[in-house]
Amino acid sequence: MSTSTTLEAPNSGTWDGGNEPLKASYGKLMMWFFLLSDAFTFGAFLIVYGLSRHKHLPYTGDPDAFTFSTQWWPIPEKVYNAFPGLHGVDLPLAFVALMTMILILSSVTMVLAVEAGHRMDKNDVQKWLLWTILFGSIFLGCQAWEWAHFISGDETGMTLSDGTQIFGANLTVNQYGPPLFADLFFFITGFHGTHVFSGVVLLIMIFINTVNGVYQKRGHYEMVEKVGLYWHFVDLVWVFVFTFFYLI
Amino acid sequence: MAMHSDHSHDFDHTGDIPKPQTKAIWRTFFILVALTAVEFLFAFTMDAGTLRNAIFIILTVFKAFYIVAEFMHLKHETKALIWSVMLPMALVVWLMVALISEGSYYFDSVTNYFK
Repeated sequence: MSTSTTLEAPNSGTWDGGNEPLKASYGKLMMWFFLLSDAFTFGAFLIVYGLSRHKHLPYTGDPDAFTFSTQWWPIPEKVYNAFPGLHGVDLPLAFVALMTMILILSSVTMVLAVEAGHRMDKNDVQKWLLWTILFGSIFLGCQAWEWAHFISGDETGMTLSDGTQIFGANLTVNQYGPPLFADLFFFITGFHGTHVFSGVVLLIMIFINTVNGVYQKRGHYEMVEKVGLYWHFVDLVWVFVFTFFYLI
Repeated sequence: MAMHSDHSHDFDHTGDIPKPQTKAIWRTFFILVALTAVEFLFAFTMDAGTLRNAIFIILTVFKAFYIVAEFMHLKHETKALIWSVMLPMALVVWLMVALISEGSYYFDSVTNYFK
């Protein structure tokens, strides 16, 4: 009995294999499902934020008379009102607005790199990847400044009922409100920042590959698309962090 | 979605790179910037409350739609892929609603029942 058979016509039925029901490459599908699982993690973080916030007393008084207290959850724009180089000036959400713009811009340069990849335009891919790396790094720098400021606090601080004063924040106490507030700040923005950092590392790797002509020889720039998916996801998470953490 | 193997024959051509088609990309960018600007407008001109939060969430969903549909290209993928991504996320929204009302209930219990 022979071990192989020859078909007169290739099998082409639904269950004969070789089907691509989702019409996307393996790598891109796996990136999509990885991002879905990552969205669960970020979703869990933001849901815990919502849960914690709703189980704390909201501040109901006049927003102008707001002071930091462990009694109530702080108003975000009273916490995030500092800007580098403008010490003591009350600029609510100005710095986070700048960070949002930088990340949206980096998303655009990323999508332009993907578009250039479709056209096999090596120079354009390099150019747009460099811009994306630049904006991503600036965003990381901004986040480092924001963390440093959040941790060291301002001169006002918070005075507890026994007279002790708290300046800045760590995982157990903070001058802004209940301990959970600072914990969630560190975990949510920290986890997002880690993703931006990984994204910048991936971008540098594909930039080096692009310069070396790896994708040009391969005949397609799909790796740029896959890293692009990841990068847009990071931007997407920021859109939600921005709304739920800073605006609401 | 472009078929990548179609490009394999032209990697050594350098003179016939097509012109960039970036109109839709910049359009999406301006929509995202405009939505963010509107969010800031509401943040500074409107008093905090349920209505303002609802406006923020609606604008956020619009921004998310443009990023996922246009930048991540999901709008142009197959229906099956779109649903594989969207359905699990709908369950996350359910979890969010459930746990936020749980938080409110907990707060309500602690502040009112033990008075």
